[in-house]
Amino acid sequence: MEKPFAITLTPGTSLTNHTGTWRTSRPVYLDRLPPCNNACPAGENIQGWLFHAESGDYEKAWHALVENNPLPAIMGRVCYHPCEGACNRGQMDSSVGINSVERFLGDEAIKQGWKFAAPAAASGKRVLVVGAGPSGLSAAYHLARLGHQVEIYEAGPFAGGMMRFGIPKYRLPREVLDAEVQRILDLGVTLKLNSKVDDIRVSMQAGKFDAAFLAVGAHIGKRTYIPAGDATKIVDAVSVLRSMEGEDKPMLGRRVVVYGGGNTAIDVARTAKRLGATEAIIVYRRTRDKMPASDFEVEEALQEGVMIKWLSTIKQAGEGEITVEKMALDEKGYPQPTGEFESLAADSVVLALGQDVDLSLLEGVPDLEIKDGTVQVGSNMMTGHAGIFAGGDMVPSERTVTVAVGHGKKAARHIDAWLGGATYQPTAKHELAEFKNLNTWYYSDADKTMRPQLDIARRMSSFDEVQGGLNESNALFEARRCLSCGNCFECDNCYGVCPDNAVLKLGPGKRFEFKYDYCKGCGICEAECPCGAIKMAAEET
Amino acid sequence: MSFQPVKFYQTGTLTVGNRLLAPDERSVQANQMRSNSINSGHRACQGCGEALGARYAIDAAMAASNNQLIAANATGCLEVFSTPYPESSWQIPWIHSLFGNAPAVATGIAAAMKVKGKKDTRVVAQGGDGSTTDIGFGCLSGMFERNDDVLYICYDNQAYMNTGVQRSSATPPAARTATTMPVGPEPGNVFGQGKNLPEIAMAHGIPYVATATVADLRDLEDKVRHAMTFRGARYIHIFVPCPLGWGAASHDTIRLARLAKETGIFPVFEAEHGEVTNVLKIRHRQPVDEYLKLQKRFAHLFGKNPHLDVIAKIQAMADRNIRKYKLLNEGEQ
Repeated sequence: MEKPFAITLTPGTSLTNHTGTWRTSRPVYLDRLPPCNNACPAGENIQGWLFHAESGDYEKAWHALVENNPLPAIMGRVCYHPCEGACNRGQMDSSVGINSVERFLGDEAIKQGWKFAAPAAASGKRVLVVGAGPSGLSAAYHLARLGHQVEIYEAGPFAGGMMRFGIPKYRLPREVLDAEVQRILDLGVTLKLNSKVDDIRVSMQAGKFDAAFLAVGAHIGKRTYIPAGDATKIVDAVSVLRSMEGEDKPMLGRRVVVYGGGNTAIDVARTAKRLGATEAIIVYRRTRDKMPASDFEVEEALQEGVMIKWLSTIKQAGEGEITVEKMALDEKGYPQPTGEFESLAADSVVLALGQDVDLSLLEGVPDLEIKDGTVQVGSNMMTGHAGIFAGGDMVPSERTVTVAVGHGKKAARHIDAWLGGATYQPTAKHELAEFKNLNTWYYSDADKTMRPQLDIARRMSSFDEVQGGLNESNALFEARRCLSCGNCFECDNCYGVCPDNAVLKLGPGKRFEFKYDYCKGCGICEAECPCGAIKMAAEET
Repeated sequence: MSFQPVKFYQTGTLTVGNRLLAPDERSVQANQMRSNSINSGHRACQGCGEALGARYAIDAAMAASNNQLIAANATGCLEVFSTPYPESSWQIPWIHSLFGNAPAVATGIAAAMKVKGKKDTRVVAQGGDGSTTDIGFGCLSGMFERNDDVLYICYDNQAYMNTGVQRSSATPPAARTATTMPVGPEPGNVFGQGKNLPEIAMAHGIPYVATATVADLRDLEDKVRHAMTFRGARYIHIFVPCPLGWGAASHDTIRLARLAKETGIFPVFEAEHGEVTNVLKIRHRQPVDEYLKLQKRFAHLFGKNPHLDVIAKIQAMADRNIRKYKLLNEGEQ
């Protein structure tokens, strides 16, 4: 090249200067586990489906959701949403209304008639599911999608289990339940109603099943001994809620006392109110902060005029009235009797003291372990007897719909592997995305959208649904409050903030790549990544 | 019930990009095809705020001028780390002459373009605070006074970093530099001196003056774009933290710029023909300690015997900026 006067060197680009050699630590992209996903008993990828909802692609969001949970419209109503309790946004303003967006997606799917993806190629294996509750339906769904032939034997006259016979209509309208059950049956799952399994081994043999998943639930109301006169009406909560589904509504009288402190106690008290009781009083032996019932349900019940007598036990039930004894908490927090009594007017007493499992179908099955009235299962959800798996309320667990759905999914994966002679290996969990991993500066300020609630007057006289849903615009708003903890949402910050232009943008959906030839390891990308999807790792010497 | 506004974008315009925005609403820096005016391989330190600010500003100017841009550069870090002869990181026509004459060189280029009838070719001049507030100040003032058609961009890192962190007239009070030692009753740089160049530029009555930081990309790009709509002398003063000279962690560059704005230490505003037309409000107000304690140049104010009086004086300066430029949102006074 002809050089100008006094010029001796050929000009060149700085790209020949590999500044990456200066680096002592390197940024790496990673996915961290969002706390919502970590807390979800059904193992939903919440951050994953919210990502699609954020761009308004609700169908894609719904499909991502049902990869793990086939019952979003139900879950969006009855789940106690531990995800929201774990949500990192709770430390900024208030947690993302995950549950309400889930319900919006579930309702939208029913409205639009979205269908599940087609099942995998038929495996030729047959699986029996006993019980059409949340756990059984979830297992049936996942097994069907994996290509297995599934039959559900249900003892009752309808599918749904405790979702139908335990959860009142004002929390879960039956059309919603029916629609989500039907969609699972549309996958090719056979449902046999009024088919109680008396002996699991006989049923399996008769139907030529290769494996069975038991999810019979816990339908027997626990009793306690209360000295009572002949005239007093003492019933259990499960029977009351179950009879709500039949023609003859339960006769509880004007003054109803409910004994217990769980969600079932609340449900039955609220139901009594709607049936016309002037007084519905919950008698509970401890205090509100010790009450196992979920907080928002207690709040809704109180709004509806349900009364709660804390620190009380029922000593005796007579005609038209009961005697309660006041309790006091000892230093360990256990209630102790005080010897103080008072009487309370009551036409009936409803016992909501928990439920037991009917395990008669397992009689004579060898190698089973039964403890405290529940069947023991391994981490693969299999009982001691090979090929018989179990989940839901009949195994030791927290008894919620969401846990049951999670059991169904987990069992389905292990059954699938077991049928193929293998063992299911769950993928290792990513490290948790904690609040300290986030740079919250970048998120817009926005408080949670509250769902509309049915008027108190209507709530107390009807079984209309109490909680309303979100509409399209506030569902979108709520979805966009998600911080996308630990998972890149392509905000371009790393691409923008690098002083060395050492980040390559790969295009929509493809994320980014570091150009390690030039990255000096300053760490700005990690510090300015809003969601904690970059980590600095020490450079090997 | 009342509904929230529909337009809510998770991160709004706070992040560099946003997949939820329409493509024409996105930033220049988010574009895969951005010009990368100053490319990889430059020799700036890790976490250099000036290298970042220069790419932000010049890429935006390139986009606003349809890639018809010539840059004159003063001596300083930006020139030294980008263009050690015969190698250069610049991917635009770029010239370096002397420490003090970048505004005059740019004026000459603008005149040449005018003579050649190249109306669409735009000219920028750029330099650090040393060349802008000290060495090239006369040339710059002349350029303003003649209203030459040049956008001058100052990357302010508050000292002569390239030569070993000596004080400039943009060095803040109390800051330690190689020439302002952290000793005596009022340690570090003196109070009450130095130059506020954005205000001096405004006093010239030029069409457009703005300040910006590397922490607010969208604001910075918007100001460059807006500046390019004017003909005549324009001035943008960009706050660029220097990890080396300030004794800060390299990953804190943007955080420091953000804190400078959020404390009120560096007011971010724009002015047309000498009048302030717009300010960037403080979003989450912070005390000045949050900004100062991340920097070793202020370390002598803290420690066992903190100079609370000096910190209070710096806080008072920030508060004065907040009052003067009305940096707080309504109802937060």
